[in-house]
Formats: sequence, structure tokens, C-alpha cells
Amino acid sequence: MSQISINHDEVDIVIGALQLDLKSFMEEWRPVFSQFHLIIVKDPDLKGELEIPAGFNFNLYTKSDIDGVVGSSSNAISFSGYSCRYFGYLMSRKKYIICIDDDCIPARDSAGNFVDAVAQHITNLSTPATPFFFNTLYDPFCKGADFVRGYPFSLRSGVDCGLSCGLWLNLADLDAPTQALKPELRNTRYVDAVLTVPARTMMPVSGINIGFNRELVGPALLPAFRLAKEGNLRWETVEDIWTGMCVKVVCDQLRLGVKSGLPYVWRKERGDAIESLKKEWEGVKLMEDVVPFFQSLRLSTSAATAEDCLSEIAAGVKEQLAPTNPVFARAAETMVEWVKLWKRVQTQ
Amino acid sequence: MATSATHLLKDELDIVIPTIRNLDFLEMWRPFFEPYHLIIVQDGDPSKIIKVPDGFDYELYNRNDINKILGPKASCISFKDSACRCFGYMVSKKKYIFTIDDDCFVAKDPSGKEVNALAQHIKNLLCPSTPNFFNTLYDPFREGADFVRGYPFSLREGVPTAVSHGLWMNIPDYDAPTQLVKPLERNTRYVDAVLTIPKGTLFPMCGMNLAFDRDLIGPAMYFGLMGDGQPIGRYDDMWAGWCIKVICDHMGLGVKTGLPYIWHSKASNPFVNLKKEYHGIFWQEEIIPFFQAATLSKDCTTIQKCYIELSKQVKEKLGKIDPYFVKLSDAMVTWIEAWDELNPAKDSGKK
Repeated sequence: MSQISINHDEVDIVIGALQLDLKSFMEEWRPVFSQFHLIIVKDPDLKGELEIPAGFNFNLYTKSDIDGVVGSSSNAISFSGYSCRYFGYLMSRKKYIICIDDDCIPARDSAGNFVDAVAQHITNLSTPATPFFFNTLYDPFCKGADFVRGYPFSLRSGVDCGLSCGLWLNLADLDAPTQALKPELRNTRYVDAVLTVPARTMMPVSGINIGFNRELVGPALLPAFRLAKEGNLRWETVEDIWTGMCVKVVCDQLRLGVKSGLPYVWRKERGDAIESLKKEWEGVKLMEDVVPFFQSLRLSTSAATAEDCLSEIAAGVKEQLAPTNPVFARAAETMVEWVKLWKRVQTQ
Repeated sequence: MATSATHLLKDELDIVIPTIRNLDFLEMWRPFFEPYHLIIVQDGDPSKIIKVPDGFDYELYNRNDINKILGPKASCISFKDSACRCFGYMVSKKKYIFTIDDDCFVAKDPSGKEVNALAQHIKNLLCPSTPNFFNTLYDPFREGADFVRGYPFSLREGVPTAVSHGLWMNIPDYDAPTQLVKPLERNTRYVDAVLTIPKGTLFPMCGMNLAFDRDLIGPAMYFGLMGDGQPIGRYDDMWAGWCIKVICDHMGLGVKTGLPYIWHSKASNPFVNLKKEYHGIFWQEEIIPFFQAATLSKDCTTIQKCYIELSKQVKEKLGKIDPYFVKLSDAMVTWIEAWDELNPAKDSGKK
């Protein structure tokens, strides 16, 4: 993929620490992470001291920092587990944020080359997206590709990209039932493409390997959808899927793009799908209601910022989904509190 | 894969090839195509003899044959444009069609292995599509893949696949302006994915390497009025692609794109192409919003009904752009009439 020149001052890498030992994770990523400023957020439920190797430029936030900033909102918003990263997004002042789960290491492409996932995310975010018409040769701005015959010229300048969703080799982001049914299934297919997910098309955004433009969509990356039995394995959550749909709705409304595909990260083995199944059935069942809700959601034409959009989404959730399950009622409340918190913190 | 998979559907699939030159390219495809029946549609001068390599089972139609079979309705079939290939779709008696251009050869995957494009198209058509929710791991039915976390189970059955759109290594399918600006660009990126084009999303469908289920979508695969006597060329497949996508979205059918790749060897003259595409480049700015906004009524329960309704909307809304669209909408109706004549309904309760 083409390398554009990256302004390192525009990037924060947020690391949600769900385990104390960050040494092997950060060593693997050292060639990449050492070039950037890092925001490390320790899961407030995690007891003990984080082990962070030397040679990195970072700010560390722990439970006391979270409590200090969030104050009274802390009742509505939980930053436990995977949600600790959202505190990092809140604290950042940079244009681009990249976030990778702490059980993922750099991947290698089909030629055996080290994949700089951060550079790829930034490339995705800083080149136009094309959500209004599908290009069959995928990303037309990639070197060696272009728009195909039949692609309207008026749509060829594209729009800004708000979100970049990467993928995973080895342990793909499958749900617990699927992985339990196919315990040997590993993703070995390196698909050399980035594509824009079309406008009004909904998708499951995995939080494992993402980048986003904080200035354009920042508040939409929010902690809201917490399962009753949420755990510290991705199989035991769907919070990122919820957040991703909020982001997609916001991007569609604001005429921004969402890209999916490269970069890949290598996701290490962790946990037991069958054990997680017991916890994750709730999430799997709830998606049946969540997806139709987001697919049919229509925001008013006056919703012109991410914050406006989120307020309308929250109102829709409260009205349509909350009556069916308390998880949704809590999500709606949390979203409202988050937008307030975001506005307060961002203006400081 | 086992050799039986290579000859899957050999009695249920026709390969439609438009040609004006020769069919030498078939030699390279022989191991993959020989078991299948070919329908050759000879464009241009009907007195020219097109030699088909030995060993292939085929039927060949030139302009005289088309005129004889369709009579006055032959007016809907283009002349001096590969759009004439859709005549082959109409006369076929098979369930599946694979169409390929005569300058398309066998590609190699990154491991150097020859790509059996036909077998891949068949796999694509026989597996469901997933237009109602995007799967970030692409085709979930492919070996080694699946639906990702967050994908609702109620949507995992998918819908029947009507169209499989393949891609091209080497000479990419660029329009004339792009060819002029980048005459040396070659597609060297093998993207190992098949994906469903989401519902509500249009795409530029290229007819160079295309397969479809004739029973599911055949009547909508009209490639329009192009070439001789028409103000436009090289938009035949585009037109069909916009029509079939609107109809597939309405009927709950899927369209896939991605693998297989073929090797496209010949770059046509960009100046000639520019003349042909000229009107299309301007018109597509209005045509595409038209198709994006097009809706079909609930009464449209068959492909033919969908297509006739679409033709009325074309006349009403696009007729203002140029009288060509009035002619085209009439040709769309003629096409359906001809299709139904050559393909009488076997039963009244068609899906």
C-alpha cells in the first residue's frame, strides 16, 4: 500500500490495559509505537502495577485519574474492561487515534513483510473514502488502482474518512458460538484491499484494531453498551459493535466514510470460546434487535455534528429499544452522559 | 479441488462469448471450458466465418440469425458492440450463464496456480449472498472464513446469489479518460476476496468476466442499445448492472464481486473509447441518481414485471435527458417480449 508522509504530532495511540504485563505487547510494537505519543489507560478494575517497558513516550491514566475527571458521571459511565480505552479517547487532543487490543501483535503480509498497522490506519484516514458508489477495484486512491469504468466523475473526489476498521490474522473476531463450533478455525487469508463500506450499509465494527479521526467523529466512539455478564474477552462483549454502529450512523449522516480491510494485526490465542459462550449468549441475542434498529434509524436533517447525532440516536434507543431490555435503557442514559462529559472535557 | 468440481453444472451452464475477430483465446481455456456448451454471438459482418477451435460443443449466431429468430424484435439487439452478447442469454436454455470476452485469458493466483474462473463463479453462484449486513471478513461461506462477532444469526442464512462479478488482472477496466491519463497502469494486485455488494448500493458491472443465474435474473440482463446507430457505446454492461442491482435489491437476491480474476490482455484504443463513452460520461451523472432513487412497486413480483416498470420510469425520468432514453425504454420492453417468446413460462407461479 502507498505510504503517505505522516505527521506524528497528529496521532495518539491509545492502549487499553486489561492485563498488567504490557511488556511483550509493547516490545512487539516498539518499531511502530516508539514513534508516537501513547495514551495508556489501566482498566480501573485491574489491581496492581502496570509493567511498561522503557523508551516510550506516554501518558498513563488509572482509576484515580478517571474518577477525578469523570466525577459525578461515573455512576452512569463505566470504564471497566475494554471500555477503559474510551477514557483515553476523551483525554486525547490529537486528530487521529489508533487503538489496538493488547493481545494483538504486528502481522506479516503475504510476502512476509512486517505490517505497520498504524501507518496503514493513518493512510486510510487521510485519503478520501467513497461511500456513495461502489468501486469494484476497491480503494481507488491506492497506488496501482483507480476508479473503474462507469464510476461517476462527480463522486471521484470522495469524502473524508472518519473510521478505519482493520482485520485480524490467526484468531479472527468471531463470536463465541462460531469459534466454539469451529475450534480449529484460524484466519490465514490476507486480503490485500481496503474498501469503503457504502453509505447506509451497516456493519459489525470490531474494536480490536481501529483508527479514527477524533476531530470528525470523536464523541461517537463511546462506552455505552454493557452486557450484564460482560467480561474481559472480546467473546464476552458486544460494546464495540454497538459503538461501531453509532459511528457508522454518524458518518452516514455527516457524509463521512468508513473504511474496512487493511491493516491486519496478528491476534494471539486467549481464552476459551466454550467458556465464554455461557456469558455471551446475551450479546448474540441482543444483536437481533440492535441491527434492525440501526438499519432503520433516520436522523433529522438538523443533526450536523457527531454530538447532535448521538443525542438523536440515544433518544431513539430510549424510545424504541429501552422498553425491551434494561441494557438498552442504560445504554441510552450512558450515551447522553457521555456527550455531556465529552463536551465538558473537550472545552477545557 | 476435486476434478468433479471443475465440471460442475456442465449440463446446466452455457458460456456466452461475443466475438468479431476470432476465438483463439479458447485454446488457453480448453481444460476448463471444454465440457461446457458455448453460445457464440458473432457481431459485425455476418459473412465472415468465425472458426471455433475443434472439440468445443457450440451454437453460433450471426446478425442474420438474430434477425431471423427475432424478426422485428431484433431491433433491441445491438450491432457493432459486444452488447449483442445478451442475445446469447436469451436463446440459452440453461440455468446459468457465464460470459467472457475474447481477449480474456487464464490468470494465475499469487502461488502461480492457474485460476479456474468458471469454477469460482459457480461456487459464488451456488453459495448464498449476504446483502443485508456487511461481513467484514468478506464471503462468510468461503472455506477459512465465517460471520464475524456481531453478525445477527437471523441474517446468516443469506439470500440466493443471482450474479457473480469477476475482476481482471493486467489491463483493468478503466474508462477512456483514465486510460489516457494512465496508459501504463496495470492491475497487479490479487485481492483474495469475494464479497456481496450491499443492498441499496449500486456498482459498475463489467461484462468481461460475469456469471449469473438465468432463472433468477436473466430477463433483466439486457445490455441495452449500443454501437452502430446509437449515440453511446461501452455502457452496455453498466446499464445492465444498474438495472439488475435495483431489481435484485427489490427481489431479495444477491450480487457478488471479487474473485475470480481473469487476465485481460488487450487495451482497446482510448481515443476510440472516448468517442463511444463520451455521452455516457455526462449522462451517467443523471442516470446514477435515477437508479439510486428508483423503487419498484409491490406488484412487481417477477423479474419481467420489475423490468417493465423500470422501463417506464426510464422513459419518464431519463427521457428528458435525451431521446435516446425513450428509444432505450422501448427496447427494454421489446427485449422482455422477445425473452418471453423464446422462454415461455413453464409454470405460472414463478418466484
